[in-house]
Amino acid sequence: MGTHEWPLWEIFIRSQHGLAHKHVGSLHAPDAEMAIKNARDVYTRRNEGVSIWAVRSADVHATAPGDRGPLFEPANDKVYRHPTFFPMPDEVKHL
Amino acid sequence: MYAQMVETGVAKISDAAELSPDEAAFQARLDADVKVEPKDWMPDAYRRTLIRQIQQHAHSEIVGMLPEGNWITRAPSLKRKTILMAKVQDEAGHGLYLYSAAETLGVSRDQLVADLHAGKVKYSSIFNYPTLTWADIGAIGWLVDGAAIMNQIPLCRCSYGPYARAMIRICKEESFHQRQGFDIMLTLCRGSVEQKAMAQDALNRWWWPSLMMFGPPDAESVHSAQSARWKIKLLSNDELRQRFVDQTVPQADFLGISMPDPELEWNESKGHYDFGPIDWSEFHNVLKGNGPCNRDRLRTRVKAWEDGAWVRDAAIAHAEKRAAQVAA
Repeated sequence: MGTHEWPLWEIFIRSQHGLAHKHVGSLHAPDAEMAIKNARDVYTRRNEGVSIWAVRSADVHATAPGDRGPLFEPANDKVYRHPTFFPMPDEVKHL
Repeated sequence: MYAQMVETGVAKISDAAELSPDEAAFQARLDADVKVEPKDWMPDAYRRTLIRQIQQHAHSEIVGMLPEGNWITRAPSLKRKTILMAKVQDEAGHGLYLYSAAETLGVSRDQLVADLHAGKVKYSSIFNYPTLTWADIGAIGWLVDGAAIMNQIPLCRCSYGPYARAMIRICKEESFHQRQGFDIMLTLCRGSVEQKAMAQDALNRWWWPSLMMFGPPDAESVHSAQSARWKIKLLSNDELRQRFVDQTVPQADFLGISMPDPELEWNESKGHYDFGPIDWSEFHNVLKGNGPCNRDRLRTRVKAWEDGAWVRDAAIAHAEKRAAQVAA
Protein backbone atom coordinates (compact mmCIF):
# COMPACT_ATOMS: atom_id res chain seq x y z
CA MET A 1 0.00 0.00 0.00
CA GLY A 2 1.35 3.42 -0.95
CA THR A 3 2.23 6.28 1.37
CA HIS A 4 -1.06 8.04 0.68
CA GLU A 5 -3.71 8.44 -1.97
CA TRP A 6 -3.31 10.78 -4.93
CA PRO A 7 -5.51 13.84 -4.38
CA LEU A 8 -8.93 14.11 -6.00
CA TRP A 9 -9.56 16.53 -8.89
CA GLU A 10 -12.82 17.79 -10.39
CA ILE A 11 -12.80 17.78 -14.18
CA PHE A 12 -14.57 20.32 -16.41
CA ILE A 13 -14.78 19.92 -20.18
CA ARG A 14 -15.78 22.44 -22.84
CA SER A 15 -17.48 20.74 -25.76
CA GLN A 16 -17.00 21.84 -29.34
CA HIS A 17 -20.18 23.88 -29.44
CA GLY A 18 -18.90 27.01 -27.77
CA LEU A 19 -20.58 26.28 -24.44
CA ALA A 20 -19.08 26.88 -21.00
CA HIS A 21 -16.90 24.23 -19.36
CA LYS A 22 -19.15 21.68 -17.71
CA HIS A 23 -18.42 19.39 -14.77
CA VAL A 24 -18.07 15.81 -16.00
CA GLY A 25 -16.72 13.95 -12.97
CA SER A 26 -13.61 13.52 -10.90
CA LEU A 27 -10.39 11.52 -10.82
CA HIS A 28 -7.22 11.02 -8.78
CA ALA A 29 -3.87 12.38 -9.93
CA PRO A 30 -0.62 13.38 -8.20
CA ASP A 31 -0.52 16.87 -9.77
CA ALA A 32 -2.35 19.16 -12.19
CA GLU A 33 -0.41 18.00 -15.24
CA MET A 34 -1.29 14.36 -14.62
CA ALA A 35 -4.88 15.31 -13.77
CA ILE A 36 -5.26 16.83 -17.23
CA LYS A 37 -3.58 13.87 -18.93
CA ASN A 38 -5.82 11.43 -17.09
CA ALA A 39 -8.89 13.55 -17.81
CA ARG A 40 -8.12 13.34 -21.50
CA ASP A 41 -8.10 9.54 -21.32
CA VAL A 42 -11.05 9.15 -18.96
CA TYR A 43 -13.42 11.83 -20.19
CA THR A 44 -12.64 12.64 -23.85
CA ARG A 45 -12.30 9.29 -25.62
CA ARG A 46 -15.05 10.23 -28.09
CA ASN A 47 -14.35 13.84 -29.04
CA GLU A 48 -16.32 15.13 -26.07
CA GLY A 49 -14.21 18.23 -25.65
CA VAL A 50 -11.78 20.83 -26.89
CA SER A 51 -10.64 22.15 -23.51
CA ILE A 52 -10.14 20.70 -20.01
CA TRP A 53 -10.07 22.36 -16.60
CA ALA A 54 -8.82 20.42 -13.57
CA VAL A 55 -9.52 21.82 -10.10
CA ARG A 56 -8.48 20.18 -6.85
CA SER A 57 -11.65 18.99 -5.14
CA ALA A 58 -10.37 20.44 -1.86
CA ASP A 59 -10.40 23.90 -3.47
CA VAL A 60 -14.09 23.78 -4.38
CA HIS A 61 -16.29 25.76 -1.99
CA ALA A 62 -19.95 24.89 -2.10
CA THR A 63 -23.25 25.91 -0.56
CA ALA A 64 -24.65 23.56 2.08
CA PRO A 65 -27.97 21.78 1.47
CA GLY A 66 -29.37 23.60 4.54
CA ASP A 67 -28.72 26.97 2.89
CA ARG A 68 -31.09 26.16 0.06
CA GLY A 69 -34.05 28.02 1.61
CA PRO A 70 -32.41 31.29 2.66
CA LEU A 71 -30.32 31.49 -0.52
CA PHE A 72 -32.73 30.53 -3.24
CA GLU A 73 -36.28 30.97 -1.98
CA PRO A 74 -36.22 34.81 -2.08
CA ALA A 75 -36.23 34.55 -5.90
CA ASN A 76 -39.57 32.73 -5.82
CA ASP A 77 -41.71 35.81 -5.14
CA LYS A 78 -39.95 38.08 -7.64
CA VAL A 79 -41.88 36.94 -10.64
CA TYR A 80 -41.61 40.44 -12.14
CA ARG A 81 -38.03 39.50 -13.10
CA HIS A 82 -39.47 37.33 -15.85
CA PRO A 83 -40.66 38.99 -19.06
CA THR A 84 -43.87 36.93 -18.98
CA PHE A 85 -44.95 38.94 -15.89
CA PHE A 86 -45.93 41.87 -18.14
CA PRO A 87 -48.97 41.22 -20.35
CA MET A 88 -48.58 43.01 -23.67
CA PRO A 89 -51.48 44.18 -25.85
CA ASP A 90 -51.78 42.01 -28.95
CA GLU A 91 -51.48 45.09 -31.20
CA VAL A 92 -48.00 45.92 -29.91
CA LYS A 93 -45.28 44.14 -31.88
CA HIS A 94 -41.60 43.43 -31.27
CA LEU A 95 -41.78 43.41 -27.47
CA MET B 1 -26.27 -7.89 -12.46
CA TYR B 2 -22.90 -6.17 -12.27
CA ALA B 3 -24.05 -5.64 -8.70
CA GLN B 4 -25.69 -8.87 -7.57
CA MET B 5 -27.60 -9.56 -4.36
CA VAL B 6 -26.70 -6.24 -2.74
CA GLU B 7 -27.45 -6.33 0.98
CA THR B 8 -29.19 -3.35 2.49
CA GLY B 9 -28.58 -4.20 6.13
CA VAL B 10 -32.29 -3.89 6.85
CA ALA B 11 -34.27 -6.79 8.31
CA LYS B 12 -37.67 -5.56 7.21
CA ILE B 13 -39.26 -2.68 5.33
CA SER B 14 -40.35 0.04 7.75
CA ASP B 15 -43.82 1.42 7.22
CA ALA B 16 -44.35 5.17 7.16
CA ALA B 17 -45.15 5.46 10.88
CA GLU B 18 -41.87 3.81 11.87
CA LEU B 19 -39.65 6.26 10.00
CA SER B 20 -37.94 9.10 11.87
CA PRO B 21 -38.86 12.62 10.70
CA ASP B 22 -35.58 12.82 8.73
CA GLU B 23 -36.19 9.42 7.12
CA ALA B 24 -39.77 10.31 6.25
CA ALA B 25 -38.67 13.59 4.64
CA PHE B 26 -35.98 11.70 2.74
CA GLN B 27 -38.45 9.11 1.49
CA ALA B 28 -40.89 11.87 0.48
CA ARG B 29 -38.19 13.49 -1.66
CA LEU B 30 -37.38 10.14 -3.31
CA ASP B 31 -41.08 9.57 -3.97
CA ALA B 32 -41.21 12.99 -5.66
CA ASP B 33 -38.25 11.94 -7.85
CA VAL B 34 -35.89 14.50 -6.32
CA LYS B 35 -32.28 13.33 -6.74
CA VAL B 36 -30.11 12.81 -3.68
CA GLU B 37 -26.78 14.67 -3.87
CA PRO B 38 -23.59 13.95 -1.89
CA LYS B 39 -24.02 16.60 0.81
CA ASP B 40 -27.72 15.91 1.41
CA TRP B 41 -28.75 14.07 4.55
CA MET B 42 -29.39 10.38 3.88
CA PRO B 43 -30.09 7.36 6.09
CA ASP B 44 -26.93 5.43 6.97
CA ALA B 45 -28.36 2.24 5.47
CA TYR B 46 -29.00 4.03 2.14
CA ARG B 47 -25.42 5.30 2.12
CA ARG B 48 -23.91 1.91 3.00
CA THR B 49 -26.05 0.05 0.48
CA LEU B 50 -25.13 2.46 -2.30
CA ILE B 51 -21.43 2.18 -1.48
CA ARG B 52 -21.77 -1.61 -1.68
CA GLN B 53 -23.76 -1.53 -4.91
CA ILE B 54 -21.64 1.07 -6.73
CA GLN B 55 -18.38 -0.53 -5.72
CA GLN B 56 -19.53 -4.01 -6.80
CA HIS B 57 -20.38 -2.41 -10.08
CA ALA B 58 -17.01 -0.62 -10.33
CA HIS B 59 -15.07 -3.78 -9.43
CA SER B 60 -16.98 -5.67 -12.12
CA GLU B 61 -15.87 -3.18 -14.76
CA ILE B 62 -12.24 -3.47 -13.66
CA VAL B 63 -12.17 -7.27 -13.25
CA GLY B 64 -14.16 -7.47 -16.49
CA MET B 65 -11.08 -6.17 -18.30
CA LEU B 66 -9.26 -9.44 -17.56
CA PRO B 67 -11.20 -12.01 -19.61
CA GLU B 68 -11.16 -9.66 -22.61
CA GLY B 69 -7.59 -8.48 -22.15
CA ASN B 70 -6.71 -12.15 -22.50
CA TRP B 71 -7.42 -11.87 -26.25
CA ILE B 72 -5.82 -8.51 -27.12
CA THR B 73 -2.55 -10.09 -28.24
CA ARG B 74 -4.36 -12.83 -30.16
CA ALA B 75 -7.14 -10.89 -31.87
CA PRO B 76 -7.42 -12.18 -35.45
CA SER B 77 -6.61 -8.85 -37.17
CA LEU B 78 -5.21 -5.41 -36.45
CA LYS B 79 -8.72 -3.96 -36.80
CA ARG B 80 -10.14 -6.38 -34.20
CA LYS B 81 -7.18 -5.69 -31.92
CA THR B 82 -7.65 -1.90 -31.94
CA ILE B 83 -11.39 -2.29 -31.38
CA LEU B 84 -10.83 -4.64 -28.46
CA MET B 85 -8.24 -2.33 -26.92
CA ALA B 86 -10.71 0.57 -27.16
CA LYS B 87 -13.37 -1.56 -25.49
CA VAL B 88 -11.10 -2.67 -22.66
CA GLN B 89 -10.04 0.96 -22.14
CA ASP B 90 -13.73 1.89 -21.90
CA GLU B 91 -14.17 -0.69 -19.14
CA ALA B 92 -11.37 0.99 -17.18
CA GLY B 93 -13.13 4.32 -17.73
CA HIS B 94 -16.43 2.87 -16.50
CA GLY B 95 -14.72 1.58 -13.38
CA LEU B 96 -13.25 5.04 -12.75
CA TYR B 97 -16.58 6.87 -13.19
CA LEU B 98 -18.13 4.47 -10.70
CA TYR B 99 -15.31 4.59 -8.14
CA SER B 100 -15.63 8.40 -8.22
CA ALA B 101 -19.38 8.14 -7.67
CA ALA B 102 -18.79 5.81 -4.68
CA GLU B 103 -16.22 8.22 -3.24
CA THR B 104 -18.82 11.01 -3.08
CA LEU B 105 -20.44 8.89 -0.34
CA GLY B 106 -17.40 9.30 1.88
CA VAL B 107 -15.35 6.16 1.23
CA SER B 108 -11.77 6.39 -0.06
CA ARG B 109 -10.51 4.83 -3.30
CA ASP B 110 -7.84 2.90 -1.39
CA GLN B 111 -10.52 1.45 0.88
CA LEU B 112 -12.62 0.35 -2.11
CA VAL B 113 -9.64 -1.38 -3.70
CA ALA B 114 -8.65 -2.97 -0.38
CA ASP B 115 -12.19 -4.35 0.04
CA LEU B 116 -12.02 -6.01 -3.37
CA HIS B 117 -8.58 -7.48 -2.74
CA ALA B 118 -9.60 -8.81 0.67
CA GLY B 119 -12.58 -10.56 -0.94
CA LYS B 120 -14.97 -8.51 1.22
CA VAL B 121 -16.85 -7.15 -1.78
CA LYS B 122 -17.88 -9.15 -4.82
CA TYR B 123 -17.81 -8.38 -8.49
CA SER B 124 -20.20 -9.92 -11.02
CA SER B 125 -20.23 -13.72 -11.18
CA ILE B 126 -19.90 -13.58 -14.98
CA PHE B 127 -16.24 -12.58 -14.92
CA ASN B 128 -15.22 -15.81 -13.24
CA TYR B 129 -15.67 -17.73 -16.48
CA PRO B 130 -12.76 -18.21 -18.89
CA THR B 131 -12.50 -16.86 -22.46
CA LEU B 132 -11.38 -20.00 -24.29
CA THR B 133 -11.73 -18.92 -27.94
CA TRP B 134 -12.01 -15.72 -29.96
CA ALA B 135 -15.75 -16.35 -30.26
CA ASP B 136 -15.99 -15.77 -26.50
CA ILE B 137 -15.06 -12.12 -27.09
CA GLY B 138 -18.02 -11.89 -29.46
CA ALA B 139 -20.32 -13.65 -27.01
CA ILE B 140 -19.25 -11.38 -24.14
CA GLY B 141 -19.95 -8.20 -26.10
CA TRP B 142 -23.26 -9.47 -27.41
CA LEU B 143 -24.59 -11.22 -24.30
CA VAL B 144 -22.76 -9.86 -21.25
CA ASP B 145 -22.74 -6.24 -22.37
CA GLY B 146 -26.27 -6.70 -23.68
CA ALA B 147 -27.38 -7.90 -20.24
CA ALA B 148 -25.48 -5.03 -18.64
CA ILE B 149 -27.26 -2.45 -20.79
CA MET B 150 -30.60 -3.98 -19.83
CA ASN B 151 -29.80 -3.35 -16.18
CA GLN B 152 -28.01 -0.03 -16.56
CA ILE B 153 -30.52 1.94 -18.60
CA PRO B 154 -33.03 2.03 -15.72
CA LEU B 155 -30.19 2.97 -13.33
CA CYS B 156 -29.74 6.23 -15.29
CA ARG B 157 -32.92 7.26 -13.42
CA CYS B 158 -31.81 6.06 -9.97
CA SER B 159 -32.15 8.32 -6.95
CA TYR B 160 -28.47 9.09 -6.30
CA GLY B 161 -27.29 11.90 -8.59
CA PRO B 162 -23.60 10.96 -9.04
CA TYR B 163 -24.50 7.28 -9.72
CA ALA B 164 -27.22 8.23 -12.22
CA ARG B 165 -24.85 10.59 -14.03
CA ALA B 166 -22.11 7.93 -14.21
CA MET B 167 -24.64 5.46 -15.62
CA ILE B 168 -25.65 7.90 -18.37
CA ARG B 169 -22.04 8.15 -19.55
CA ILE B 170 -21.61 4.38 -19.34
CA CYS B 171 -24.78 3.57 -21.26
CA LYS B 172 -23.72 5.83 -24.13
CA GLU B 173 -20.56 3.76 -24.47
CA GLU B 174 -21.98 0.26 -23.85
CA SER B 175 -23.89 0.26 -27.07
CA PHE B 176 -20.58 0.19 -28.98
CA HIS B 177 -19.55 -2.81 -26.86
CA GLN B 178 -22.65 -4.80 -27.63
CA ARG B 179 -22.52 -4.07 -31.35
CA GLN B 180 -18.84 -4.96 -31.68
CA GLY B 181 -19.66 -8.29 -29.98
CA PHE B 182 -22.57 -9.02 -32.29
CA ASP B 183 -20.38 -8.06 -35.26
CA ILE B 184 -17.80 -10.68 -34.22
CA MET B 185 -20.56 -13.31 -33.91
CA LEU B 186 -22.03 -12.31 -37.26
CA THR B 187 -18.66 -12.57 -38.99
CA LEU B 188 -18.05 -16.02 -37.48
CA CYS B 189 -21.54 -17.23 -38.36
CA ARG B 190 -21.09 -16.11 -41.97
CA GLY B 191 -17.66 -17.79 -42.09
CA SER B 192 -16.60 -21.41 -42.38
CA VAL B 193 -18.40 -24.34 -40.76
CA GLU B 194 -15.69 -24.42 -38.09
CA GLN B 195 -16.08 -20.69 -37.36
CA LYS B 196 -19.85 -21.00 -37.01
CA ALA B 197 -19.33 -23.98 -34.68
CA MET B 198 -17.04 -21.77 -32.57
CA ALA B 199 -19.79 -19.16 -32.30
CA GLN B 200 -22.30 -21.85 -31.26
CA ASP B 201 -19.87 -23.23 -28.69
CA ALA B 202 -19.37 -19.75 -27.18
CA LEU B 203 -23.14 -19.23 -27.00
CA ASN B 204 -23.50 -22.64 -25.31
CA ARG B 205 -21.05 -21.69 -22.60
CA TRP B 206 -22.10 -18.02 -22.04
CA TRP B 207 -25.89 -18.24 -22.26
CA TRP B 208 -26.71 -19.57 -18.79
CA PRO B 209 -24.07 -17.51 -16.96
CA SER B 210 -25.48 -14.43 -18.76
CA LEU B 211 -28.99 -15.21 -17.47
CA MET B 212 -27.53 -15.68 -13.97
CA MET B 213 -26.04 -12.17 -14.13
CA PHE B 214 -29.46 -10.73 -13.31
CA GLY B 215 -29.38 -12.53 -9.96
CA PRO B 216 -31.87 -14.95 -8.36
CA PRO B 217 -35.61 -14.15 -8.40
CA ASP B 218 -36.07 -11.33 -5.92
CA ALA B 219 -39.75 -11.74 -5.15
CA GLU B 220 -39.07 -12.51 -1.51
CA SER B 221 -35.93 -10.49 -0.93
CA VAL B 222 -36.25 -7.75 1.67
CA HIS B 223 -33.08 -6.17 0.22
CA SER B 224 -34.61 -5.88 -3.23
CA ALA B 225 -37.79 -4.39 -1.77
CA GLN B 226 -35.81 -1.84 0.25
CA SER B 227 -33.61 -0.96 -2.75
CA ALA B 228 -36.72 -0.51 -4.88
CA ARG B 229 -38.19 1.85 -2.31
CA TRP B 230 -34.93 3.82 -2.32
CA LYS B 231 -35.04 3.87 -6.14
CA ILE B 232 -31.62 2.34 -6.54
CA LYS B 233 -33.17 -0.78 -8.08
CA LEU B 234 -35.85 0.06 -10.58
CA LEU B 235 -36.88 -3.26 -12.09
CA SER B 236 -36.89 -6.76 -10.65
CA ASN B 237 -34.27 -9.34 -11.61
CA ASP B 238 -36.87 -11.52 -13.31
CA GLU B 239 -38.34 -8.63 -15.31
CA LEU B 240 -34.91 -7.68 -16.61
CA ARG B 241 -34.03 -11.31 -17.37
CA GLN B 242 -37.25 -11.81 -19.34
CA ARG B 243 -36.62 -8.65 -21.37
CA PHE B 244 -33.11 -9.87 -22.12
CA VAL B 245 -34.32 -13.29 -23.30
CA ASP B 246 -37.05 -11.71 -25.44
CA GLN B 247 -34.59 -9.36 -27.05
CA THR B 248 -31.75 -11.85 -27.58
CA VAL B 249 -33.45 -14.97 -28.97
CA PRO B 250 -34.41 -13.35 -32.31
CA GLN B 251 -30.81 -12.13 -32.63
CA ALA B 252 -29.56 -15.71 -32.25
CA ASP B 253 -32.13 -16.79 -34.84
CA PHE B 254 -30.68 -14.23 -37.22
CA LEU B 255 -27.18 -15.58 -36.57
CA GLY B 256 -28.47 -19.10 -37.21
CA ILE B 257 -27.30 -20.44 -33.85
CA SER B 258 -29.42 -21.55 -30.91
CA MET B 259 -29.57 -21.18 -27.14
CA PRO B 260 -28.60 -24.33 -25.21
CA ASP B 261 -32.10 -24.62 -23.73
CA PRO B 262 -34.54 -27.30 -25.01
CA GLU B 263 -37.38 -25.61 -23.10
CA LEU B 264 -36.94 -22.25 -24.81
CA GLU B 265 -40.16 -21.51 -26.68
CA TRP B 266 -42.26 -18.50 -27.72
CA ASN B 267 -45.36 -18.25 -25.59
CA GLU B 268 -48.01 -16.59 -27.71
CA SER B 269 -50.45 -15.93 -24.88
CA LYS B 270 -47.84 -14.26 -22.65
CA GLY B 271 -46.08 -12.48 -25.47
CA HIS B 272 -42.77 -13.66 -24.04
CA TYR B 273 -40.36 -16.55 -24.42
CA ASP B 274 -40.60 -19.34 -21.86
CA PHE B 275 -37.24 -20.72 -20.84
CA GLY B 276 -35.88 -23.61 -18.77
CA PRO B 277 -34.89 -23.52 -15.09
CA ILE B 278 -31.60 -21.85 -14.14
CA ASP B 279 -29.09 -23.84 -12.09
CA TRP B 280 -28.79 -21.47 -9.11
CA SER B 281 -26.44 -23.85 -7.32
CA GLU B 282 -23.83 -22.99 -9.97
CA PHE B 283 -24.43 -19.27 -9.43
CA HIS B 284 -24.07 -19.51 -5.64
CA ASN B 285 -21.00 -21.66 -6.03
CA VAL B 286 -19.35 -19.07 -8.28
CA LEU B 287 -20.28 -16.28 -5.84
CA LYS B 288 -18.68 -18.27 -3.04
CA GLY B 289 -15.40 -18.19 -4.92
CA ASN B 290 -15.51 -21.56 -6.65
CA GLY B 291 -16.03 -20.53 -10.27
CA PRO B 292 -13.46 -21.54 -12.87
CA CYS B 293 -11.45 -18.30 -12.57
CA ASN B 294 -12.21 -16.65 -9.17
CA ARG B 295 -8.78 -17.17 -7.65
CA ASP B 296 -6.95 -16.25 -10.83
CA ARG B 297 -8.91 -13.02 -11.30
CA LEU B 298 -8.27 -11.77 -7.78
CA ARG B 299 -4.62 -12.81 -7.87
CA THR B 300 -4.15 -10.87 -11.12
CA ARG B 301 -5.78 -7.74 -9.68
CA VAL B 302 -3.73 -7.85 -6.48
CA LYS B 303 -0.52 -8.36 -8.46
CA ALA B 304 -1.29 -5.39 -10.73
CA TRP B 305 -1.96 -3.21 -7.67
CA GLU B 306 1.21 -4.28 -5.88
CA ASP B 307 3.42 -4.09 -8.97
CA GLY B 308 2.14 -0.56 -9.61
CA ALA B 309 2.77 0.68 -6.06
CA TRP B 310 6.20 2.15 -6.86
CA VAL B 311 4.69 4.16 -9.73
CA ARG B 312 2.00 5.65 -7.49
CA ASP B 313 4.55 6.44 -4.79
CA ALA B 314 7.06 7.94 -7.23
CA ALA B 315 4.41 10.15 -8.85
CA ILE B 316 3.25 11.57 -5.53
CA ALA B 317 6.84 12.05 -4.29
CA HIS B 318 7.66 13.92 -7.51
CA ALA B 319 4.56 16.12 -7.21
CA GLU B 320 5.35 16.95 -3.58
CA LYS B 321 8.97 17.76 -4.35
CA ARG B 322 7.95 20.09 -7.17
CA ALA B 323 5.35 21.78 -4.97
CA ALA B 324 7.98 22.30 -2.26
CA GLN B 325 10.41 23.83 -4.79
CA VAL B 326 7.76 26.25 -6.00
CA ALA B 327 6.92 27.23 -2.43
CA ALA B 328 10.60 27.83 -1.50
